[in-house]
Amino acid sequence: MIKDPQARIIHKECWKDYYLLSLESSIIASEAHPGQFVMVRIETSPHPLLRRPFSIHWKNKERIEIFFQRTGVGTSLLSQKETNDTLDIIGPLGRGFTISEKIQGKEIVAIGGGRGIAPLYFLAHILRTRRASVKIFYGGKTLEDLPLKDRIEKNGYDLFCSTDDGSFGYRGLVSDFFAHEIKKMNPSFLFSCGPEPMMEKIARIAQKNHIPAEFSLESIMGCGFGACWGCVRRIKRKEGVVWLKLCEEGPVFSASEIVWKSERE
Amino acid sequence: MMDLTVDLGFIKLKNPVIAASGTFGYGIEFSPFIDLNKLGGIVVKGLYFSPREGNPPPRLVETKSGLINSIGLQGIGVRRFAEEILPQLRRYDTAIIVNVCGQREEEYASVVDFLDKGEGISAYELNISCPNVEKDGQCPALNPKATHSLVSLVKKTCSRPIITKLSPNVTDIVEIALSAQEAGSDALSLVNTFLAMAIDPETRTPRLANIFGGLSGPAIKPIALRMVYQVAQSTSIPVIGIGGILSGHDALEFLIAGAKAIEVGTANFVDPEATVKIIDELRVYCQNHNIERIEELIGTLKVNL
Repeated sequence: MIKDPQARIIHKECWKDYYLLSLESSIIASEAHPGQFVMVRIETSPHPLLRRPFSIHWKNKERIEIFFQRTGVGTSLLSQKETNDTLDIIGPLGRGFTISEKIQGKEIVAIGGGRGIAPLYFLAHILRTRRASVKIFYGGKTLEDLPLKDRIEKNGYDLFCSTDDGSFGYRGLVSDFFAHEIKKMNPSFLFSCGPEPMMEKIARIAQKNHIPAEFSLESIMGCGFGACWGCVRRIKRKEGVVWLKLCEEGPVFSASEIVWKSERE
Repeated sequence: MMDLTVDLGFIKLKNPVIAASGTFGYGIEFSPFIDLNKLGGIVVKGLYFSPREGNPPPRLVETKSGLINSIGLQGIGVRRFAEEILPQLRRYDTAIIVNVCGQREEEYASVVDFLDKGEGISAYELNISCPNVEKDGQCPALNPKATHSLVSLVKKTCSRPIITKLSPNVTDIVEIALSAQEAGSDALSLVNTFLAMAIDPETRTPRLANIFGGLSGPAIKPIALRMVYQVAQSTSIPVIGIGGILSGHDALEFLIAGAKAIEVGTANFVDPEATVKIIDELRVYCQNHNIERIEELIGTLKVNL
């Protein structure tokens, strides 16, 4: 984990509500593992005050990418940054996805809902370099919510798209699409990130089909490096169900550890 | 060479900048970012006797230039702190201050009794003012009698100096400050967070699971500064200023208002190097104003009456 006060934006892409920024930061890039995140300081003024967490979307030797949706004050201001602007970032943070050594030739499924696709692209890239066969499910409300569809396809991944309104691909929820397709597949592992109800449904399908699974969870974060204790979540551990910090112990947890919302109520 | 040391009477700090409790973890979380030896002191996260679960999430909401938290003092308890954290902190040449919590008066005393047996702690900060642990923000610091009783009890057996951390959620903070002083507190630190809330109009639900939380950050600085000034004017023990300090400029305001030292809180989340930057900015200010000893600045507000 390092603080890079001047990560330069070297490339920017925009879609309707989604943005991709490439940030030059070789040290963070060299340490980054799929599923980890960075904390980005958006303004030096006190509003917005806190840094914002973003999953690492992709990396190469000298750069990392973040992919985000404009949802509030922080992401709106971030979306206005331009190439050659610099950002103060901290990373890589958290524990990412578990990538087993024995995945060569295995079928692995990654399921992203909306902006939840962000960490899965980097993950798919690493899985493929280890010769796994990666299938990516990508769901959104409408076609406009699948801005990375072309990039994923162009890079030769098996892509399964769904939209709630049927404007592209399977009509309906990506979890329903997956439930349908799983009958034809035999994945040895599953990774997912997206809205909580979607992940919960996928966790159930994975459990029913005996597929080990990991999920990347989301939370408001104060610091991102374990000091504020603001991003806790109930997690099942040997000692029982405990509040753990998403920033340190997560954001990725295995399906067997997560206490889903419906289980709490 | 500028002299940044400040003497609180019971302890000499190498500079007036202390990391505030609850915003600096147990200290070591910041070692990847800064040299902890540079700090005047560190107040570690509030400790109850036993490990504590804290409040359900969401625990944080950002507001304009501020942060409302309802962490609820989740923590590891004194035993693990003494075994796992304290030996690591002892390696650093900075004042280690432990923020002490309790459900009841006796728990504060037992935390202090336990920690008194070990080395490596410079002082205790009595957290009588956390708004997130009792219903509606209730805490001893809201009442002069409760403050007096608690400080006296802890002071009776405690072998180390005590800093009492005050709440701003009172009508007259000077009255509480005087109670703590009379009960034997060695210093005062103020202010803790302001009881606050935020609402999501779309869902008509509170943004925090706990409904209320404590507001910190630059939004509270002018009110905190006023309270520090009032308390410094009316008490004779050292005052440590806290509340929305983000920069050397902010720290200077508190020192001029009468604070002998300051604590940096929410700024640590925004910039983990904030404390060290503030120390550098204080040094530059002293150089530019030919101030040899930073203590010369303390309480030098010029008021024309």
